[in-house]
Amino acid sequence: MLMKLISGDTPRSPILSVILAAILLSLAFAPFLFPGTRPLDTAAHICIFIILVASYDLMLGYGGIVSFAHTMFFGIGAYGVALSLEHMGRSFGAVAFGTVAGMILAAALAFVIAMFSLRVRAIFFAMITLAVASAVAVLVSQFSTLTGGEDGMTLKIPRELTPAFKFHDEKILGVRMNGKLLNYYMVFFSTLILFLVMLRMVNSPFGSVLKAIRENAFRAEAVGYRVVVYRTAVTVISAMIAALAGAIYALWLRYVGPATTLSFDIMLDILLMVVIGGMGTMYGAVIGATVFVLAQTYLQDLMGTASDATSALPLIPDLLNPDRWLLWLGVLFILSIYFFPTGVVGRLRGAK
Amino acid sequence: MPDVTLETRDLTVRFGGHVAVDHVSCRFHAGELTAIVGPNGAGKTTYFNLISGQIPVSEGTVLLNGNDLTRATVPARTLAGIGRAFQLTNLFPDLTVLENLRLVVQAHRGPKFSLFSRAAAHEELTEAAQVILQRVRLDTMADQVVTALSHGDQRKLEVAMLIALDPQIYMFDEPTAGMSADEAPVVLDLIAEIKADTSRTVLLVEHKMDVIRTLADRIIVLHNGALVADGPPAEVMGSDIVREAYLGKEIADV
Ligand SMILES: Nc1ncnc2c1ncn2[C@@H]1O[C@H](COP(=O)(O)OP(=O)(O)OP(=O)(O)O)[C@@H](O)[C@H]1O
Ligand SMILES: [Mg+2]
Repeated sequence: MLMKLISGDTPRSPILSVILAAILLSLAFAPFLFPGTRPLDTAAHICIFIILVASYDLMLGYGGIVSFAHTMFFGIGAYGVALSLEHMGRSFGAVAFGTVAGMILAAALAFVIAMFSLRVRAIFFAMITLAVASAVAVLVSQFSTLTGGEDGMTLKIPRELTPAFKFHDEKILGVRMNGKLLNYYMVFFSTLILFLVMLRMVNSPFGSVLKAIRENAFRAEAVGYRVVVYRTAVTVISAMIAALAGAIYALWLRYVGPATTLSFDIMLDILLMVVIGGMGTMYGAVIGATVFVLAQTYLQDLMGTASDATSALPLIPDLLNPDRWLLWLGVLFILSIYFFPTGVVGRLRGAK
Repeated sequence: MPDVTLETRDLTVRFGGHVAVDHVSCRFHAGELTAIVGPNGAGKTTYFNLISGQIPVSEGTVLLNGNDLTRATVPARTLAGIGRAFQLTNLFPDLTVLENLRLVVQAHRGPKFSLFSRAAAHEELTEAAQVILQRVRLDTMADQVVTALSHGDQRKLEVAMLIALDPQIYMFDEPTAGMSADEAPVVLDLIAEIKADTSRTVLLVEHKMDVIRTLADRIIVLHNGALVADGPPAEVMGSDIVREAYLGKEIADV
């Protein structure tokens, strides 16, 4: 049963299995284990980035395709829901419509970009995605009447997903039974299902072909696979899942803006998460997203504490000043890439 | 005369000013094994590349069963029945031997676009791949990653990949090059088996004269890209032009 769910693709390392199980349990019971708004927000972020990074890994790690437009697809999903809620009113119908419309638009855009550029050269595709993504980001901030520009848009999501909605009067295990909790579980279960679906895809006959293309596209053609078709297909699938992640993210934040979805910073974050976790492994997305989001959220706090604790010493408090957190994050990445060139998952599997 | 399956008409390719294949017109028949010989750089591999589509032609046509495939893509030609094994081993390096073969079987039998079924659940693919592994005596290596194989075993897998494709036209490019004396016979026996199937056409680029003598029904000679001789082995091996262009040196060596 479990083997079927994970498509027979086991973590293949005891340590990795334990870590993954710990992450799964923590996310599943996050509202009960880590009370408070901020931890729950962090857990939801981890979930959404797991989808986003796994869908990127589908393209990069399995399809061997470098894209810089993943945040654009993410943004299309987020804005899709935002716009439909704005114009169609506060309903689940609007949510569904916006999500589906965003996914279709993302798929169409991915298809066009892929058809035009993938048949030329893989590097050409990377450049085109960069150009299109920049253009879309500019458009979104320019069309401020529609999109709210740089300020973004606040979403009026269905009441059932907000803290104002209470489905049970008493707290259970100290947790309020409200719409926020439902919203979190919507995020969590979407992530779980999408992750398992993607895991199945990479272990399907289609996934085998992707691996073959990644290994040796020349031979894959000679054997009879139309490489462009497969690369286009995986690009489209990946874009649709990114758009879906964007829609879920917008519903969680109840806000959408260029900085939360379209920005190039997020694109870099995704790349780092894939690399830290381990490309072409799927489980790497879980590890990468968890490590990264946790570091991003708590490194500043940690440094603040450390800085105060060492205040008597020279220089060190300065280095540990919370404002320097980005520097330390950078150091952390360089170290992790140096010590785990195949990502955390690759390293753990290699060590056995 | 048996049916013409593959035909090239005035097939030509130029790389800059250099004519690598020069107006080669030739017909190949079902049930026939044609050896293609010629010195290094004669254009044998390039001729194969034009037939299987890896290099676009400058001039001329490629016909399979009378259908013009000159502009068809590589996968389209493969699925139409033109199969190819490569001179330089060209496999999926980080996948296992079995996975390599399964991919070939899957390519022409499907399922190709099944996204939600488990690959491992398609046992018919695994079984078909295993049958071929036994034929090339690689069954004990099924779960080895390609990069862990010896050169000889990689060459065997290269041949197995073509057999798994089971095409109408088999093109072998020096299949036994670099193989040890006890490995080569396995491959040569397989080629003999394929040749015995009268619906198949075999093209074999080969330098070793003893191999050609035992397997070939016919020899064509390429020299500087041009077809300079074509006929039964005894006749071609004895002709002056061949001695001069190529065989003279080989025979002197033997
Ligand atoms: N893609 C290419 N671009 C430029 N020149 C090429 C290309 N492919 C082949 N050639 C040239 O065409 C000529 C024929 O090469 P080819 O590999 O077909 O020879 P061959 O008969 O297979 O030789 P060998 O017996 O060494 O395998 C050579 O001079 C080679 O350098
Ligand atoms: Mg050659």
